[in-house]
Amino acid sequence: MHQTKIEVRDFNFFYGDQRALKDIELDIYNNKVLGIIGPSGCGKSTFLRSINRMNDTIAGARVNGTMLIDGQNIFSEKMDVVELRRKVGMVFQKSNPFPKSIFDNVAYGLRVNGRKDKAYIEHKVEESLKDAALWEEVEDRLSVSAFDLSGGQQQRLCIARALAIEPEVLLMDEPASALDPTATAKVEELIQELKKKYTIVIVTHNMQQAARISDYTAFFMLGELIEYNETQKIFTNPEKKITEEYITGRFG
Amino acid sequence: MKIKENLIHGLFMFNALLVVLVLIGIFALLVNTSIPAFREIDIKEFLFKAAWNPTSYVKETYGIGSMLVSSVMVTAGALLFAVPIGIGTAAYLSDVASPGVREMVKPIIEILAGIPSVVIGFLGIVFVGPIISRTFGLPNGLNAVNGSILLGVMALPTIISLSEDALSSVSKTYSDASLALGASRWQTVIRVKLPAALSGVIAACMLGMGRVIGETMIVLMATGCAPAMPKNFLDSVRTMTSTIAIELGEVPYYTTHYYALFAVGLVLFIITFCINMASDMVLHKYQGKRG
Repeated sequence: MHQTKIEVRDFNFFYGDQRALKDIELDIYNNKVLGIIGPSGCGKSTFLRSINRMNDTIAGARVNGTMLIDGQNIFSEKMDVVELRRKVGMVFQKSNPFPKSIFDNVAYGLRVNGRKDKAYIEHKVEESLKDAALWEEVEDRLSVSAFDLSGGQQQRLCIARALAIEPEVLLMDEPASALDPTATAKVEELIQELKKKYTIVIVTHNMQQAARISDYTAFFMLGELIEYNETQKIFTNPEKKITEEYITGRFG
Repeated sequence: MKIKENLIHGLFMFNALLVVLVLIGIFALLVNTSIPAFREIDIKEFLFKAAWNPTSYVKETYGIGSMLVSSVMVTAGALLFAVPIGIGTAAYLSDVASPGVREMVKPIIEILAGIPSVVIGFLGIVFVGPIISRTFGLPNGLNAVNGSILLGVMALPTIISLSEDALSSVSKTYSDASLALGASRWQTVIRVKLPAALSGVIAACMLGMGRVIGETMIVLMATGCAPAMPKNFLDSVRTMTSTIAIELGEVPYYTTHYYALFAVGLVLFIITFCINMASDMVLHKYQGKRG
């Protein structure tokens, strides 16, 4: 069996009175890609955003149950959210570079984390852009605004930005949903590269994408985890009928 | 039905036009009443000479230099502390404060905006003044610092609420991205949101400045009103607004002095008009860029 990075047990999430996640149990393994699929509103984004506690900003949100990262409870009082988010990076659905230069976007995470060493920052920016397969396209114009890049490039820039602070886990919330097929292919290729170094959790609407890139797949519906298994099993021989119906596109 | 609608339409269009007319009317009145002053006063002398002594037995002088400097001084002094405090408070309210604190503080700031300036001026005399005179060993505390502090307090609500609006309208995707990178809320608002909302924040400060430079009652009460060129912030100052307020009530009509006071008003009008126009332009640039 693989080494567990994140362990989720009896995890519930509430928006006020509404229970958005119901008794979720699953393990996320080191250096594997977990794909989360399910119809809109099934709680997959809520689940993803719980892992780095991005839901903290929502008024009236609360959780119970446990979610452990390296054995530490993510929702415990002792957990330093800033520390957690350095460990668990995130890439959003819509690329959201800051209105700053390409260089400053990637350097941002280093700077807010107190890195002042210029040489180190320059080195790290280059390395991150290379890891995000963007370096060759931008190396001669690092000081131009990030908004001058194409949509696909902006999304890879956001990935580079997340990589710069050396997270251990990378959360991706439909990172390719706003991209054209070529840019999507690039991002998918990138994910295959990245899993050598990182544990990746990716939410996707695109079934083929989940099948292509993930090692494990979790199928969520109406806040419940319906089925969780190796991707190959889920897509070839699902245990539950409803999973099969969703995967074959009978509803969605 | 149609007639009624047309009637209402006409009425409000008339109101809107009336506002424009009033503005033009004020400007025309100021210009018209100022012109006679320059039959006797050299316009260069008026703008750049420091001595304002319209009731001299020897030779009347009409230089607004010291008043201009005084106005600029108290305004600059006010902004010097109101801008950092105002922006800091706005940043705190928009991103760091808990919703409970925010809901409590915001209405209080709006109440602060509604305090009549005469009450703030009163505080300057009985509260801020004595502190200043004790701290610096002065016979009284009615000087530029006092005026600056009070004017700053008066400008704060404008700066805070408008800056807060500008910060709150920055797309949430920026702050999400920043927080997800392990930035604290303070870091997020200062390093990401503030630069993104900069033009809105600048416009807020300029509107605050517009209020300050035109304020009369506070400077009248708290700055001592000595009509001389101030040398430092502990000197008593007399601004353009307080000069008009002090003298216009007692000046004989249709004299050069009378016309000169209107000319001071015209200068003030032009300054505030330019500030408001500039802040409007900054604001529009900002909205255009985001749209």
